[in-house]
Amino acid sequence: MSLRIYAIAYLIFLYAPIALLPIFAFNDGTIIAFPLQGFTTEWFAALATTPALHEAVQNSLIIAVTSAVLATCLGMCAARAGTMEDFPGKRGVLGFIMLPLVLPEIIVAVSLLVVVVRVFGLTLGNWTIILAHTLICAPFCIAVLNGAFQNLDRSMEEAAMDLGQSRWGAFRLVTLPLVAPGIISSLLISFTISLDEFIIAFFLSGNSPTMPVYIWGLLRFPERLPVVMALGTILVALSIVLLTVAELMRRRGLARAGLKDTGGFL
Amino acid sequence: MTDLIALEGLNKYYGDYHALRDIDLTIPQGQFFSLLGPSGCGKTTLLRTIAGFEAPSSGVLRIDGRDMKGVAANHRPTNMVFQSYAIFPHLSVAENVAFGLRKDPRSKEEKGRAVGEALEMVGLGGYGNRRAHALSGGQRQRVALARALILQPKVLLLDEPLSALDKKMREQMQVELIRLQRQVGITFILVTHDQEEALVMSDRIAVMFEGEIGQMDDPETLYRRPKSRRVAAFIGLMNFLDARVGGEVSERKTAAPERPTDDPMLTRFRRQIGLLPKAPKALPEYVSGIEVEVAGLGRAVLPKERVPEALRHTGCTVGIRPETLAVLFEGEQTTSRTVDGVVDEVVYYGDMTYYDVRIEGVEKPLTISMKNLIGRPVLEVGAKTRVAWDERSLVPLGH
Repeated sequence: MSLRIYAIAYLIFLYAPIALLPIFAFNDGTIIAFPLQGFTTEWFAALATTPALHEAVQNSLIIAVTSAVLATCLGMCAARAGTMEDFPGKRGVLGFIMLPLVLPEIIVAVSLLVVVVRVFGLTLGNWTIILAHTLICAPFCIAVLNGAFQNLDRSMEEAAMDLGQSRWGAFRLVTLPLVAPGIISSLLISFTISLDEFIIAFFLSGNSPTMPVYIWGLLRFPERLPVVMALGTILVALSIVLLTVAELMRRRGLARAGLKDTGGFL
Repeated sequence: MTDLIALEGLNKYYGDYHALRDIDLTIPQGQFFSLLGPSGCGKTTLLRTIAGFEAPSSGVLRIDGRDMKGVAANHRPTNMVFQSYAIFPHLSVAENVAFGLRKDPRSKEEKGRAVGEALEMVGLGGYGNRRAHALSGGQRQRVALARALILQPKVLLLDEPLSALDKKMREQMQVELIRLQRQVGITFILVTHDQEEALVMSDRIAVMFEGEIGQMDDPETLYRRPKSRRVAAFIGLMNFLDARVGGEVSERKTAAPERPTDDPMLTRFRRQIGLLPKAPKALPEYVSGIEVEVAGLGRAVLPKERVPEALRHTGCTVGIRPETLAVLFEGEQTTSRTVDGVVDEVVYYGDMTYYDVRIEGVEKPLTISMKNLIGRPVLEVGAKTRVAWDERSLVPLGH
């Protein structure tokens, strides 16, 4: 009984703030407080008519997609090397590339700012954020893809080569389809990380902010707060859809490979 | 028969570890050849070197007269059945079998027919549309075989293909593999740690220890005349007895008993009148050989060619197989030589009974296997018995 109460309390702690988002997004009043005023879709309409927001979302999407693809490519190489090849200093190298996972983002942000602006004298832009996001997403991709590659029988690629395929052919025809669910998971995770990353984007964005930076800017205007709530509601709905798709893909991948489901991230 | 595979002075190092030591080996076309040895002896490394997954550190590997140096696995006339079978789980059975035909210029229909024939050959006709992961272990292995054989390789390499199957299935697949090999006439190289499997299936076996080939022979020679103690110990059961090898001796054989004749006077008379041929002058029969004094059993004279030169006038070990010894049951007569013993342990297998019999002068009891024939009793622990043995079954071995 006490366990059940604890579980319920825990869930409320986790999700109550998120549940507030849609409530106030549809609330007809600029002050975020109870009692509720009435129902409105005004704030959603306001989203549609804010060009600055559209630009920020567009920036964020470009950055998130690009860095997700880059980080996943890097992660795939690293995970394949880490699980299927042996080379001197392997443990050290693998440990080193996982380091950004525990590196404070503010350090990455500041040092990249120094390198880009002071050392190379380049101007900031989306590409600087893409580079930084690739850096912080790569360890997550490696972690996700490691699992996919570890499930893979090492002799699969050898069998493909034995049957006449080149190294690349073996990778394309056998390894790639078998780790595809892992690749999709990796893409989705790094996409999500990049999309809501604030610190690095704040430091490295030039004159075109990303969505989190734009939202932060909105906070200075209390009357715009419900718009942020509406934006948040859309993002939450989008996340749920994305995660569901990721989980379905993962289950389908497992079923196709005939592996036992050991429980994913959902 | 020409040599399809030739290895000359092949070495493989992994850092400081010497995985293959000076391997010299030739395998003729059409042979069922086995690499047998304990785990870590280098047999799989050797197989993978032939397949092209490992490059030798030094030495030459020729397949069909062609030097394989720098030839990648996908360009070698070899195909492999992996220990895990490595069936592609995202493809159907037919797609798995057709995988090697991707670069084949034949039409789709022709390829489809070839796939059907290959599946038929391994007894999986009609399984083409199944998903690979819905197959049992035995079926997976058949798919792996069909997938390799459809390319008509010169050599089929099998890496412990039966180790993942249960005993019944394994025995069935052994017979099927032999049948398949005779049918296709392709050279098979089998890697196994199971000596029984190697004996049953192979034309020739190379026994490997620590990266070296310990002995290479046909199964019967390997079993009956192992050249070293470790080969003898690895293949089947073997009793080892200390022995001293002496020099060459030549002595009169124990005289055969005189043939009983009728009246000698009458015989002489018949001979004189020509009714009987003249008696041949009886030459004394000699056995010449090497004298061996075996602990617990006694003195034996073995033919010269059976005792390697290096063992003469030294202490050595003599091996003797459990089935070449016999325990004598009460009242049983024999013409063989015997020693007294006491039953130390009895292990009953149904068709066979294994006895450990303690004899004087030997520390470790002798293991003796007896077929449980009709009416033959099973002795009990502690029973006094006699052990019959034969000089012909002694195998002198180096220490």
